[in-house]
Amino acid sequence: MSHEFGKLLELVIAASLINNFVFTKFLGLCIFFGVSKKMETAVGMSITFLAVMIISAALAWLVYEFALIPLDITFLKIVVFIGIVAAFVQSADIIMRKISPGLYYKLGVYLALIATNCIILAVPLTNAGEGYNLIESLAFGLGSGLGFGLALVIMASIREKLEIAIVPRPFRGLPIAFVTTGLIALAFTGFSGLITL
Amino acid sequence: MLELVNSIRGILELIDKIPLPMAGVGGGIEAKETVDMVSVIKFTAIFIAGLGGIFGLGLAFAAKRFSVKMDPRIEQVKEVLAGAHCGACGYAGCQQYAEAVVANPQIAPNLCTPGGARAAAAVARITGKVASAVEPIFSRIMCQGDWQKAIKRFKYEGIEDCRAAVLAGGGDKSCIYGCLGRGTCVRACPFDALHMGTDHLPVVDIVKCTGCKKCEQACPKKVIEILPAKKAVVVTCHSRDKGPATRKNCKVGCIACGTCVKVCPFDAPSVENNFSRIDLNKCKVCGLCVPKCPTDSIREFMPHRPKAFVLDNCIGCQICARVCPVDAPSGEPKKMFTIDKSRCIGCGICTAKCPVQAIDGTFNAEDVFRAAAAKKAAKTAAA
Repeated sequence: MSHEFGKLLELVIAASLINNFVFTKFLGLCIFFGVSKKMETAVGMSITFLAVMIISAALAWLVYEFALIPLDITFLKIVVFIGIVAAFVQSADIIMRKISPGLYYKLGVYLALIATNCIILAVPLTNAGEGYNLIESLAFGLGSGLGFGLALVIMASIREKLEIAIVPRPFRGLPIAFVTTGLIALAFTGFSGLITL
Repeated sequence: MLELVNSIRGILELIDKIPLPMAGVGGGIEAKETVDMVSVIKFTAIFIAGLGGIFGLGLAFAAKRFSVKMDPRIEQVKEVLAGAHCGACGYAGCQQYAEAVVANPQIAPNLCTPGGARAAAAVARITGKVASAVEPIFSRIMCQGDWQKAIKRFKYEGIEDCRAAVLAGGGDKSCIYGCLGRGTCVRACPFDALHMGTDHLPVVDIVKCTGCKKCEQACPKKVIEILPAKKAVVVTCHSRDKGPATRKNCKVGCIACGTCVKVCPFDAPSVENNFSRIDLNKCKVCGLCVPKCPTDSIREFMPHRPKAFVLDNCIGCQICARVCPVDAPSGEPKKMFTIDKSRCIGCGICTAKCPVQAIDGTFNAEDVFRAAAAKKAAKTAAA
Protein backbone atom coordinates (compact mmCIF):
# COMPACT_ATOMS: atom_id res chain seq x y z
CA MET A 1 0.00 0.00 0.00
CA SER A 2 2.77 2.43 0.88
CA HIS A 3 4.53 1.36 -2.29
CA GLU A 4 1.36 2.26 -4.15
CA PHE A 5 1.25 5.63 -2.45
CA GLY A 6 4.92 6.20 -3.17
CA LYS A 7 4.34 5.57 -6.86
CA LEU A 8 1.41 7.97 -6.88
CA LEU A 9 3.44 10.71 -5.20
CA GLU A 10 6.20 10.11 -7.73
CA LEU A 11 3.72 10.54 -10.54
CA VAL A 12 2.39 13.81 -9.12
CA ILE A 13 5.88 15.24 -8.66
CA ALA A 14 7.00 14.01 -12.05
CA ALA A 15 4.05 15.57 -13.82
CA SER A 16 4.21 18.87 -11.98
CA LEU A 17 7.93 19.57 -11.60
CA ILE A 18 10.29 17.22 -13.37
CA ASN A 19 8.36 16.87 -16.60
CA ASN A 20 6.39 20.08 -16.29
CA PHE A 21 4.08 20.17 -19.27
CA VAL A 22 4.83 23.78 -20.08
CA PHE A 23 8.50 24.11 -19.30
CA THR A 24 9.82 20.67 -20.19
CA LYS A 25 7.40 19.33 -22.76
CA PHE A 26 6.42 22.76 -24.20
CA LEU A 27 2.76 21.92 -24.49
CA GLY A 28 -0.22 24.19 -23.93
CA LEU A 29 1.71 27.29 -24.94
CA CYS A 30 -1.14 29.21 -26.63
CA ILE A 31 -3.18 29.28 -23.46
CA PHE A 32 -0.07 29.80 -21.39
CA PHE A 33 0.92 33.00 -23.15
CA GLY A 34 -2.62 34.21 -23.60
CA VAL A 35 -3.73 33.93 -20.02
CA SER A 36 -0.54 34.76 -18.12
CA LYS A 37 -0.76 38.50 -18.71
CA LYS A 38 -2.60 39.15 -15.49
CA MET A 39 -2.52 37.29 -12.20
CA GLU A 40 -6.29 37.02 -11.83
CA THR A 41 -6.79 35.39 -15.24
CA ALA A 42 -3.88 33.04 -14.55
CA VAL A 43 -5.34 31.90 -11.24
CA GLY A 44 -8.82 31.47 -12.73
CA MET A 45 -7.46 29.43 -15.59
CA SER A 46 -5.37 27.15 -13.34
CA ILE A 47 -8.31 26.35 -11.09
CA THR A 48 -10.59 25.56 -14.02
CA PHE A 49 -7.89 23.58 -15.75
CA LEU A 50 -7.20 21.45 -12.70
CA ALA A 51 -10.86 20.54 -12.31
CA VAL A 52 -11.38 19.77 -15.99
CA MET A 53 -8.10 17.81 -16.19
CA ILE A 54 -8.88 15.43 -13.36
CA ILE A 55 -12.37 14.64 -14.57
CA SER A 56 -11.28 14.32 -18.20
CA ALA A 57 -8.43 12.00 -17.24
CA ALA A 58 -10.90 9.78 -15.39
CA LEU A 59 -13.46 9.75 -18.20
CA ALA A 60 -10.83 9.13 -20.85
CA TRP A 61 -9.36 6.26 -18.89
CA LEU A 62 -12.78 4.65 -18.44
CA VAL A 63 -13.61 4.85 -22.12
CA TYR A 64 -10.15 3.61 -23.11
CA GLU A 65 -10.17 0.70 -20.70
CA PHE A 66 -13.72 -0.47 -21.17
CA ALA A 67 -14.46 0.36 -24.81
CA LEU A 68 -11.37 0.95 -26.89
CA ILE A 69 -9.19 -1.91 -25.71
CA PRO A 70 -11.81 -4.70 -25.72
CA LEU A 71 -13.00 -3.67 -29.17
CA ASP A 72 -9.42 -3.42 -30.45
CA ILE A 73 -9.85 0.07 -31.79
CA THR A 74 -7.21 1.85 -29.75
CA PHE A 75 -6.02 3.71 -32.85
CA LEU A 76 -9.06 5.94 -32.34
CA LYS A 77 -7.83 7.22 -29.03
CA ILE A 78 -6.86 10.73 -30.22
CA VAL A 79 -10.26 11.37 -31.77
CA VAL A 80 -12.16 9.81 -28.91
CA PHE A 81 -10.25 11.66 -26.16
CA ILE A 82 -10.80 15.02 -27.85
CA GLY A 83 -14.46 14.15 -28.26
CA ILE A 84 -14.76 13.30 -24.57
CA VAL A 85 -13.05 16.52 -23.51
CA ALA A 86 -15.21 18.66 -25.80
CA ALA A 87 -18.43 17.03 -24.63
CA PHE A 88 -17.42 17.33 -21.00
CA VAL A 89 -16.46 20.97 -21.30
CA GLN A 90 -19.73 21.80 -23.04
CA SER A 91 -21.85 20.00 -20.47
CA ALA A 92 -19.86 21.57 -17.64
CA ASP A 93 -20.59 24.97 -19.19
CA ILE A 94 -24.33 24.28 -19.34
CA ILE A 95 -24.53 22.78 -15.86
CA MET A 96 -22.40 25.44 -14.21
CA ARG A 97 -24.45 28.23 -15.72
CA LYS A 98 -27.53 26.85 -14.01
CA ILE A 99 -26.15 25.53 -10.77
CA SER A 100 -23.77 28.31 -9.81
CA PRO A 101 -24.02 31.57 -11.80
CA GLY A 102 -21.44 33.26 -9.59
CA LEU A 103 -18.82 30.64 -10.36
CA TYR A 104 -19.86 30.68 -13.99
CA TYR A 105 -19.36 34.44 -14.24
CA LYS A 106 -15.86 34.17 -12.80
CA LEU A 107 -14.55 30.99 -14.43
CA GLY A 108 -16.94 30.21 -17.27
CA VAL A 109 -14.93 32.07 -19.87
CA TYR A 110 -11.94 29.77 -19.32
CA LEU A 111 -13.90 26.57 -19.92
CA ALA A 112 -14.15 27.07 -23.64
CA LEU A 113 -10.45 27.92 -23.85
CA ILE A 114 -9.42 24.66 -22.19
CA ALA A 115 -10.64 22.59 -25.12
CA THR A 116 -7.85 24.13 -27.19
CA ASN A 117 -5.17 23.26 -24.66
CA CYS A 118 -2.71 20.60 -25.87
CA ILE A 119 -2.15 19.32 -22.37
CA ILE A 120 -5.76 18.20 -22.06
CA LEU A 121 -5.05 15.69 -24.84
CA ALA A 122 -1.47 14.87 -23.84
CA VAL A 123 -2.38 13.56 -20.40
CA PRO A 124 -4.92 10.91 -21.47
CA LEU A 125 -2.61 9.88 -24.32
CA THR A 126 0.27 9.43 -21.91
CA ASN A 127 -1.98 7.52 -19.53
CA ALA A 128 -3.04 5.22 -22.35
CA GLY A 129 0.52 4.78 -23.59
CA GLU A 130 2.02 4.02 -20.20
CA GLY A 131 -0.86 1.76 -19.24
CA TYR A 132 -1.67 3.42 -15.93
CA ASN A 133 -4.60 2.23 -13.87
CA LEU A 134 -7.35 4.60 -12.78
CA ILE A 135 -5.72 5.95 -9.62
CA GLU A 136 -2.42 6.48 -11.40
CA SER A 137 -4.17 8.30 -14.23
CA LEU A 138 -5.87 10.58 -11.75
CA ALA A 139 -2.58 11.25 -9.98
CA PHE A 140 -0.92 12.08 -13.28
CA GLY A 141 -3.77 14.41 -14.19
CA LEU A 142 -3.56 16.09 -10.79
CA GLY A 143 0.17 16.57 -11.18
CA SER A 144 -0.20 18.05 -14.63
CA GLY A 145 -2.88 20.45 -13.41
CA LEU A 146 -0.69 21.57 -10.52
CA GLY A 147 2.31 21.96 -12.82
CA PHE A 148 0.33 24.04 -15.31
CA GLY A 149 -1.02 26.20 -12.50
CA LEU A 150 2.49 26.71 -11.14
CA ALA A 151 3.75 27.68 -14.59
CA LEU A 152 0.91 30.15 -15.09
CA VAL A 153 1.34 31.82 -11.71
CA ILE A 154 5.10 32.17 -12.12
CA MET A 155 4.69 33.61 -15.60
CA ALA A 156 1.90 35.99 -14.60
CA SER A 157 3.86 37.47 -11.72
CA ILE A 158 6.84 38.09 -14.00
CA ARG A 159 4.78 39.49 -16.88
CA GLU A 160 2.96 41.96 -14.64
CA LYS A 161 6.33 43.44 -13.75
CA LEU A 162 7.45 43.34 -17.38
CA GLU A 163 4.49 45.57 -18.31
CA ILE A 164 6.07 48.56 -16.60
CA ALA A 165 9.71 47.71 -17.14
CA ILE A 166 11.79 49.35 -19.85
CA VAL A 167 11.82 46.74 -22.62
CA PRO A 168 13.41 47.42 -26.04
CA ARG A 169 10.72 48.09 -28.60
CA PRO A 170 11.24 44.95 -30.76
CA PHE A 171 10.89 42.78 -27.67
CA ARG A 172 7.76 44.28 -26.17
CA GLY A 173 4.86 41.94 -25.54
CA LEU A 174 5.27 38.37 -26.74
CA PRO A 175 9.01 38.18 -27.59
CA ILE A 176 10.16 39.04 -24.09
CA ALA A 177 7.61 36.57 -22.74
CA PHE A 178 9.13 33.83 -24.85
CA VAL A 179 12.63 34.71 -23.68
CA THR A 180 11.43 34.62 -20.09
CA THR A 181 9.76 31.25 -20.59
CA GLY A 182 12.99 29.88 -22.02
CA LEU A 183 14.89 31.08 -18.97
CA ILE A 184 12.35 29.54 -16.59
CA ALA A 185 12.51 26.29 -18.58
CA LEU A 186 16.26 26.36 -18.15
CA ALA A 187 15.74 26.75 -14.41
CA PHE A 188 13.29 23.87 -14.34
CA THR A 189 15.86 21.48 -15.79
CA GLY A 190 17.34 21.69 -12.33
CA PHE A 191 14.54 19.38 -11.23
CA SER A 192 15.64 16.56 -13.52
CA GLY A 193 16.97 13.64 -11.61
CA LEU A 194 14.98 14.64 -8.52
CA ILE A 195 13.48 11.19 -8.35
CA THR A 196 15.83 8.41 -9.32
CA LEU A 197 14.28 5.10 -10.19
CA MET B 1 -22.47 -2.37 -59.64
CA LEU B 2 -20.98 -5.75 -58.90
CA GLU B 3 -17.68 -4.54 -60.40
CA LEU B 4 -17.68 -1.65 -57.96
CA VAL B 5 -18.23 -3.87 -54.93
CA ASN B 6 -15.58 -6.28 -56.14
CA SER B 7 -13.06 -3.51 -56.66
CA ILE B 8 -13.74 -2.13 -53.18
CA ARG B 9 -13.28 -5.57 -51.71
CA GLY B 10 -10.05 -5.92 -53.66
CA ILE B 11 -8.78 -2.61 -52.28
CA LEU B 12 -9.66 -3.67 -48.76
CA GLU B 13 -7.77 -6.93 -49.20
CA LEU B 14 -4.77 -5.00 -50.45
CA ILE B 15 -4.93 -2.76 -47.41
CA ASP B 16 -5.05 -5.91 -45.31
CA LYS B 17 -1.73 -6.97 -46.68
CA ILE B 18 0.11 -3.73 -45.79
CA PRO B 19 2.68 -4.70 -43.18
CA LEU B 20 2.08 -2.64 -40.06
CA PRO B 21 5.02 -1.63 -37.88
CA MET B 22 5.73 -4.16 -35.19
CA ALA B 23 6.41 -1.82 -32.30
CA GLY B 24 3.21 -0.24 -31.16
CA VAL B 25 2.08 1.89 -28.28
CA GLY B 26 -0.49 0.35 -26.00
CA GLY B 27 -0.53 -3.06 -27.62
CA GLY B 28 -3.80 -3.98 -29.20
CA ILE B 29 -4.19 -3.39 -32.85
CA GLU B 30 -0.84 -1.81 -33.63
CA ALA B 31 1.20 -4.84 -32.62
CA LYS B 32 -0.64 -7.33 -34.78
CA GLU B 33 0.81 -8.65 -38.02
CA THR B 34 -2.40 -8.76 -39.95
CA VAL B 35 -5.49 -6.80 -39.40
CA ASP B 36 -9.03 -8.02 -39.75
CA MET B 37 -10.16 -4.91 -41.60
CA VAL B 38 -13.81 -5.61 -41.86
CA SER B 39 -14.35 -6.16 -38.18
CA VAL B 40 -12.22 -3.14 -37.40
CA ILE B 41 -14.31 -0.91 -39.63
CA LYS B 42 -17.46 -2.38 -38.19
CA PHE B 43 -16.45 -1.78 -34.59
CA THR B 44 -15.10 1.69 -35.36
CA ALA B 45 -18.28 2.76 -37.07
CA ILE B 46 -20.49 1.38 -34.32
CA PHE B 47 -18.35 2.83 -31.57
CA ILE B 48 -17.94 6.31 -33.02
CA ALA B 49 -21.59 6.50 -33.96
CA GLY B 50 -22.58 5.24 -30.54
CA LEU B 51 -20.30 7.64 -28.68
CA GLY B 52 -21.40 10.57 -30.82
CA GLY B 53 -25.00 9.63 -30.25
CA ILE B 54 -24.54 9.38 -26.49
CA PHE B 55 -22.74 12.73 -26.31
CA GLY B 56 -25.29 14.43 -28.51
CA LEU B 57 -28.26 13.14 -26.56
CA GLY B 58 -26.53 13.84 -23.26
CA LEU B 59 -25.76 17.45 -24.19
CA ALA B 60 -29.24 18.02 -25.55
CA PHE B 61 -30.74 16.66 -22.37
CA ALA B 62 -28.41 18.74 -20.21
CA ALA B 63 -29.23 21.86 -22.21
CA LYS B 64 -32.92 21.26 -21.67
CA ARG B 65 -32.73 20.24 -18.04
CA PHE B 66 -30.28 22.94 -16.98
CA SER B 67 -31.58 25.74 -19.12
CA VAL B 68 -31.57 29.11 -17.42
CA LYS B 69 -34.50 31.36 -18.10
CA MET B 70 -33.04 34.75 -18.71
CA ASP B 71 -35.17 37.80 -19.13
CA PRO B 72 -34.61 38.90 -22.75
CA ARG B 73 -34.62 42.50 -21.58
CA ILE B 74 -31.28 41.90 -19.84
CA GLU B 75 -29.65 41.23 -23.21
CA GLN B 76 -31.30 44.31 -24.71
CA VAL B 77 -30.14 46.52 -21.84
CA LYS B 78 -26.64 45.11 -22.05
CA GLU B 79 -26.46 46.03 -25.72
CA VAL B 80 -27.27 49.70 -25.20
CA LEU B 81 -24.82 50.12 -22.33
CA ALA B 82 -21.31 51.38 -23.06
CA GLY B 83 -19.84 47.92 -22.53
CA ALA B 84 -16.55 48.98 -20.98
CA HIS B 85 -17.06 47.16 -17.65
CA CYS B 86 -15.64 50.23 -15.94
CA GLY B 87 -17.77 50.05 -12.80
CA ALA B 88 -18.86 53.70 -12.83
CA CYS B 89 -22.44 52.54 -12.22
CA GLY B 90 -21.34 50.95 -8.96
CA TYR B 91 -21.73 47.36 -10.20
CA ALA B 92 -18.95 44.92 -11.02
CA GLY B 93 -19.67 44.93 -14.75
CA CYS B 94 -22.20 45.72 -17.46
CA GLN B 95 -23.88 42.32 -17.03
CA GLN B 96 -24.52 42.91 -13.33
CA TYR B 97 -25.94 46.38 -13.90
CA ALA B 98 -28.18 45.06 -16.67
CA GLU B 99 -29.52 42.32 -14.39
CA ALA B 100 -30.01 44.72 -11.49
CA VAL B 101 -31.78 47.43 -13.46
CA VAL B 102 -34.20 44.95 -15.06
CA ALA B 103 -34.96 43.01 -11.88
CA ASN B 104 -35.11 45.81 -9.34
CA PRO B 105 -37.59 48.67 -9.88
CA GLN B 106 -35.65 50.92 -7.51
CA ILE B 107 -32.45 51.04 -9.55
CA ALA B 108 -32.16 54.18 -11.67
CA PRO B 109 -31.75 53.69 -15.42
CA ASN B 110 -29.23 56.51 -15.82
CA LEU B 111 -26.30 55.11 -13.83
CA CYS B 112 -24.20 54.32 -16.89
CA THR B 113 -22.09 57.48 -17.18
CA PRO B 114 -20.09 56.36 -20.20
CA GLY B 115 -23.29 55.61 -22.03
CA GLY B 116 -24.51 59.10 -21.33
CA ALA B 117 -27.99 60.39 -22.05
CA ARG B 118 -28.45 58.05 -25.01
CA ALA B 119 -27.93 54.91 -22.92
CA ALA B 120 -30.06 56.29 -20.08
CA ALA B 121 -32.96 56.95 -22.46
CA ALA B 122 -32.62 53.50 -24.05
CA VAL B 123 -32.46 51.70 -20.71
CA ALA B 124 -35.45 53.70 -19.47
CA ARG B 125 -37.39 52.73 -22.59
CA ILE B 126 -36.56 49.02 -22.19
CA THR B 127 -37.25 48.80 -18.48
CA GLY B 128 -40.20 51.15 -18.45
CA LYS B 129 -38.62 53.54 -15.98
CA VAL B 130 -38.27 57.31 -16.10
CA ALA B 131 -34.84 58.65 -16.94
CA SER B 132 -33.85 61.91 -15.36
CA ALA B 133 -31.25 64.02 -17.11
CA VAL B 134 -27.73 63.11 -16.15
CA GLU B 135 -25.14 65.84 -15.86
CA PRO B 136 -22.04 64.90 -17.79
CA ILE B 137 -18.94 64.74 -15.60
CA PHE B 138 -15.34 65.00 -16.67
CA SER B 139 -12.01 64.17 -15.20
CA ARG B 140 -9.99 67.24 -14.21
CA ILE B 141 -6.30 67.12 -13.35
CA MET B 142 -5.82 69.34 -10.30
CA CYS B 143 -2.20 70.13 -10.97
CA GLN B 144 -0.50 72.16 -13.65
CA GLY B 145 3.02 71.51 -12.46
CA ASP B 146 4.68 69.82 -15.39
CA TRP B 147 8.39 69.09 -15.14
CA GLN B 148 9.27 72.53 -16.54
CA LYS B 149 7.20 74.52 -14.06
CA ALA B 150 7.72 72.46 -10.93
CA ILE B 151 11.08 71.55 -9.44
CA LYS B 152 12.19 68.16 -8.20
CA ARG B 153 13.93 67.35 -4.99
CA PHE B 154 15.84 64.23 -6.10
CA LYS B 155 16.47 62.12 -9.16
CA TYR B 156 14.27 59.05 -9.26
CA GLU B 157 15.48 55.96 -11.03
CA GLY B 158 13.06 53.10 -10.96
CA ILE B 159 9.86 51.79 -12.43
CA GLU B 160 8.27 54.55 -14.51
CA ASP B 161 4.91 54.38 -12.80
CA CYS B 162 3.41 56.92 -10.38
CA ARG B 163 2.46 54.20 -7.92
CA ALA B 164 6.09 53.11 -7.77
CA ALA B 165 7.48 56.65 -7.66
CA VAL B 166 5.20 57.58 -4.78
CA LEU B 167 6.78 54.87 -2.64
CA ALA B 168 10.08 56.74 -2.73
CA GLY B 169 9.23 59.18 0.04
CA GLY B 170 6.15 60.59 -1.66
CA GLY B 171 7.65 61.05 -5.11
CA ASP B 172 10.46 63.04 -6.64
CA LYS B 173 8.59 66.34 -6.99
CA SER B 174 9.32 69.07 -4.48
CA CYS B 175 5.62 69.64 -4.04
CA ILE B 176 4.31 66.46 -2.46
CA TYR B 177 0.73 67.24 -3.48
CA GLY B 178 1.44 67.42 -7.18
CA CYS B 179 1.16 65.13 -10.15
CA LEU B 180 4.19 62.88 -10.64
CA GLY B 181 3.68 62.67 -14.39
CA ARG B 182 4.49 59.02 -15.04
CA GLY B 183 1.21 58.06 -16.61
CA THR B 184 -0.57 55.66 -14.27
CA CYS B 185 -3.85 57.45 -15.05
CA VAL B 186 -3.19 57.32 -18.81
CA ARG B 187 -2.85 53.55 -18.61
CA ALA B 188 -5.90 53.19 -16.37
CA CYS B 189 -8.32 54.95 -18.72
CA PRO B 190 -10.49 52.42 -20.59
CA PHE B 191 -11.69 55.04 -23.12
CA ASP B 192 -8.29 56.36 -24.25
CA ALA B 193 -9.28 59.83 -22.99
CA LEU B 194 -6.07 60.61 -21.11
CA HIS B 195 -2.81 61.33 -22.87
CA MET B 196 0.52 62.43 -21.56
CA GLY B 197 1.01 66.01 -22.62
CA THR B 198 4.26 67.89 -23.10
CA ASP B 199 6.56 67.55 -20.15
CA HIS B 200 4.79 64.90 -18.15
CA LEU B 201 1.41 66.39 -17.38
CA PRO B 202 -1.68 64.38 -18.38
CA VAL B 203 -4.26 66.00 -20.64
CA VAL B 204 -7.94 65.02 -20.64
CA ASP B 205 -9.74 64.65 -23.96
CA ILE B 206 -13.26 65.69 -22.93
CA VAL B 207 -14.76 64.27 -26.10
CA LYS B 208 -13.76 60.77 -25.02
CA CYS B 209 -13.97 61.20 -21.25
CA THR B 210 -17.08 59.56 -19.80
CA GLY B 211 -16.56 60.22 -16.10
CA CYS B 212 -16.08 56.57 -15.20
CA LYS B 213 -13.70 57.52 -12.35
CA LYS B 214 -11.09 54.88 -13.10
CA CYS B 215 -8.33 57.53 -13.29
CA GLU B 216 -9.40 59.01 -9.96
CA GLN B 217 -8.97 55.60 -8.35
CA ALA B 218 -5.66 54.94 -10.08
CA CYS B 219 -3.89 58.18 -9.12
CA PRO B 220 -1.77 57.61 -6.00
CA LYS B 221 -1.51 61.36 -5.35
CA LYS B 222 -5.25 61.93 -5.71
CA VAL B 223 -4.77 64.92 -7.98
CA ILE B 224 -7.59 63.84 -10.29
CA GLU B 225 -11.11 64.99 -9.45
CA ILE B 226 -14.23 64.11 -11.39
CA LEU B 227 -16.31 67.28 -11.64
CA PRO B 228 -19.48 68.32 -13.46
CA ALA B 229 -18.77 69.45 -17.00
CA LYS B 230 -20.62 72.71 -16.48
CA LYS B 231 -18.22 73.83 -13.73
CA ALA B 232 -15.44 74.86 -16.03
CA VAL B 233 -13.49 77.14 -13.68
CA VAL B 234 -11.39 75.34 -11.08
CA VAL B 235 -8.33 76.05 -8.99
CA THR B 236 -5.99 73.40 -10.31
CA CYS B 237 -3.83 72.99 -7.26
CA HIS B 238 -4.03 70.95 -4.09
CA SER B 239 -0.90 72.26 -2.43
CA ARG B 240 -1.29 72.54 1.29
CA ASP B 241 2.15 74.07 1.70
CA LYS B 242 2.37 77.70 2.80
CA GLY B 243 2.50 80.35 0.07
CA PRO B 244 6.28 80.95 -0.09
CA ALA B 245 7.03 77.21 -0.05
CA THR B 246 4.50 76.55 -2.83
CA ARG B 247 5.96 79.39 -4.87
CA LYS B 248 9.42 77.88 -4.56
CA ASN B 249 8.21 74.43 -5.54
CA CYS B 250 6.07 75.33 -8.50
CA LYS B 251 5.50 78.35 -10.70
CA VAL B 252 1.77 77.70 -11.06
CA GLY B 253 0.84 76.62 -7.56
CA CYS B 254 -1.85 78.27 -5.47
CA ILE B 255 -0.22 80.53 -2.86
CA ALA B 256 -3.47 81.24 -0.98
CA CYS B 257 -3.19 84.98 -1.57
CA GLY B 258 -6.99 85.41 -1.47
CA THR B 259 -7.24 87.55 -4.63
CA CYS B 260 -9.83 85.23 -6.09
CA VAL B 261 -11.94 85.53 -2.94
CA LYS B 262 -11.92 89.32 -3.28
CA VAL B 263 -12.71 89.37 -6.98
CA CYS B 264 -15.55 86.87 -7.03
CA PRO B 265 -19.00 88.50 -7.16
CA PHE B 266 -20.65 85.27 -5.98
CA ASP B 267 -18.40 84.48 -3.01
CA ALA B 268 -17.48 81.06 -4.38
CA PRO B 269 -13.74 80.60 -3.64
CA SER B 270 -12.56 80.10 -0.10
CA VAL B 271 -9.03 79.66 1.18
CA GLU B 272 -8.50 76.75 3.50
CA ASN B 273 -5.37 74.72 4.27
CA ASN B 274 -3.23 77.16 2.28
CA PHE B 275 -5.01 76.69 -0.99
CA SER B 276 -8.14 78.09 -2.57
CA ARG B 277 -11.08 75.94 -3.41
CA ILE B 278 -14.04 77.10 -5.50
CA ASP B 279 -17.43 76.06 -4.13
CA LEU B 280 -19.05 74.61 -7.21
CA ASN B 281 -22.56 75.27 -5.94
CA LYS B 282 -21.91 79.00 -5.72
CA CYS B 283 -19.68 79.38 -8.74
CA LYS B 284 -21.48 80.80 -11.76
CA VAL B 285 -18.51 80.17 -14.07
CA CYS B 286 -18.13 83.85 -14.87
CA GLY B 287 -14.37 83.49 -15.16
CA LEU B 288 -13.50 86.79 -13.46
CA CYS B 289 -11.01 85.13 -11.12
CA VAL B 290 -9.02 83.49 -13.92
CA PRO B 291 -7.03 86.52 -15.14
CA LYS B 292 -6.67 87.88 -11.60
CA CYS B 293 -4.82 84.89 -10.13
CA PRO B 294 -1.15 85.93 -9.74
CA THR B 295 0.24 82.44 -10.32
CA ASP B 296 -2.19 81.41 -13.08
CA SER B 297 -3.35 78.63 -10.82
CA ILE B 298 -7.04 78.96 -11.71
CA ARG B 299 -7.85 77.32 -15.00
CA GLU B 300 -10.80 77.73 -17.25
CA PHE B 301 -11.82 74.69 -19.27
CA MET B 302 -14.08 76.57 -21.60
CA PRO B 303 -12.49 76.91 -25.04
CA HIS B 304 -13.97 80.32 -25.77
CA ARG B 305 -16.60 82.57 -24.28
CA PRO B 306 -19.15 84.01 -26.74
CA LYS B 307 -20.04 87.62 -26.06
CA ALA B 308 -23.41 88.94 -24.96
CA PHE B 309 -25.92 90.95 -26.97
CA VAL B 310 -29.24 92.54 -26.00
CA LEU B 311 -32.58 91.31 -27.32
CA ASP B 312 -35.62 93.38 -28.22
CA ASN B 313 -37.49 92.93 -24.94
CA CYS B 314 -35.02 95.04 -22.96
CA ILE B 315 -36.82 97.38 -20.54
CA GLY B 316 -33.85 99.63 -19.77
CA CYS B 317 -33.71 98.79 -16.04
CA GLN B 318 -29.88 99.23 -15.98
CA ILE B 319 -29.29 96.15 -13.83
CA CYS B 320 -26.84 94.74 -16.38
CA ALA B 321 -24.75 97.92 -16.31
CA ARG B 322 -24.54 97.69 -12.54
CA VAL B 323 -23.42 94.05 -12.37
CA CYS B 324 -21.05 94.16 -15.33
CA PRO B 325 -17.41 94.00 -14.14
CA VAL B 326 -16.05 95.62 -17.31
CA ASP B 327 -18.74 98.27 -17.97
CA ALA B 328 -19.78 96.87 -21.29
CA PRO B 329 -23.54 97.66 -21.39
CA SER B 330 -24.50 101.25 -22.10
CA GLY B 331 -27.72 103.05 -22.85
CA GLU B 332 -30.38 105.38 -21.53
CA PRO B 333 -32.78 104.51 -18.74
CA LYS B 334 -36.06 102.96 -19.90
CA LYS B 335 -34.58 102.54 -23.39
CA MET B 336 -32.90 99.53 -25.02
CA PHE B 337 -29.30 99.02 -23.96
CA THR B 338 -26.41 97.85 -26.11
CA ILE B 339 -23.34 95.86 -25.13
CA ASP B 340 -19.90 96.95 -26.23
CA LYS B 341 -18.48 93.78 -27.78
CA SER B 342 -14.89 94.93 -27.45
CA ARG B 343 -15.27 95.16 -23.67
CA CYS B 344 -17.49 92.17 -23.05
CA ILE B 345 -15.63 89.19 -21.59
CA GLY B 346 -18.53 86.75 -21.88
CA CYS B 347 -18.80 86.18 -18.11
CA GLY B 348 -22.56 85.71 -18.27
CA ILE B 349 -23.43 87.64 -15.11
CA CYS B 350 -25.70 90.08 -16.97
CA THR B 351 -27.52 87.22 -18.71
CA ALA B 352 -28.29 85.69 -15.33
CA LYS B 353 -29.28 88.92 -13.64
CA CYS B 354 -31.53 90.39 -16.35
CA PRO B 355 -35.11 90.34 -14.95
CA VAL B 356 -36.75 89.85 -18.36
CA GLN B 357 -34.04 87.59 -19.90
CA ALA B 358 -33.28 90.16 -22.57
CA ILE B 359 -29.60 89.25 -22.92
CA ASP B 360 -28.46 86.36 -25.08
CA GLY B 361 -25.22 85.04 -26.52
CA THR B 362 -23.24 83.98 -23.45
CA PHE B 363 -22.47 80.38 -22.55
CA ASN B 364 -25.17 80.25 -19.89
CA ALA B 365 -27.93 81.87 -21.99
CA GLU B 366 -29.67 78.58 -22.77
CA ASP B 367 -29.78 77.48 -19.12
CA VAL B 368 -31.04 80.88 -17.97
CA PHE B 369 -33.87 80.86 -20.54
CA ARG B 370 -34.79 77.28 -19.66
CA ALA B 371 -34.90 78.01 -15.92
CA ALA B 372 -37.02 81.13 -16.48
CA ALA B 373 -39.46 79.23 -18.70
CA ALA B 374 -39.76 76.47 -16.09
CA LYS B 375 -40.45 79.03 -13.36
CA LYS B 376 -43.11 80.67 -15.51
CA ALA B 377 -44.73 77.34 -16.25
CA ALA B 378 -44.75 76.46 -12.54
CA LYS B 379 -46.32 79.83 -11.71
CA THR B 380 -49.09 79.48 -14.31
CA ALA B 381 -49.76 75.94 -13.15
CA ALA B 382 -50.04 77.07 -9.53
CA ALA B 383 -52.35 79.96 -10.44
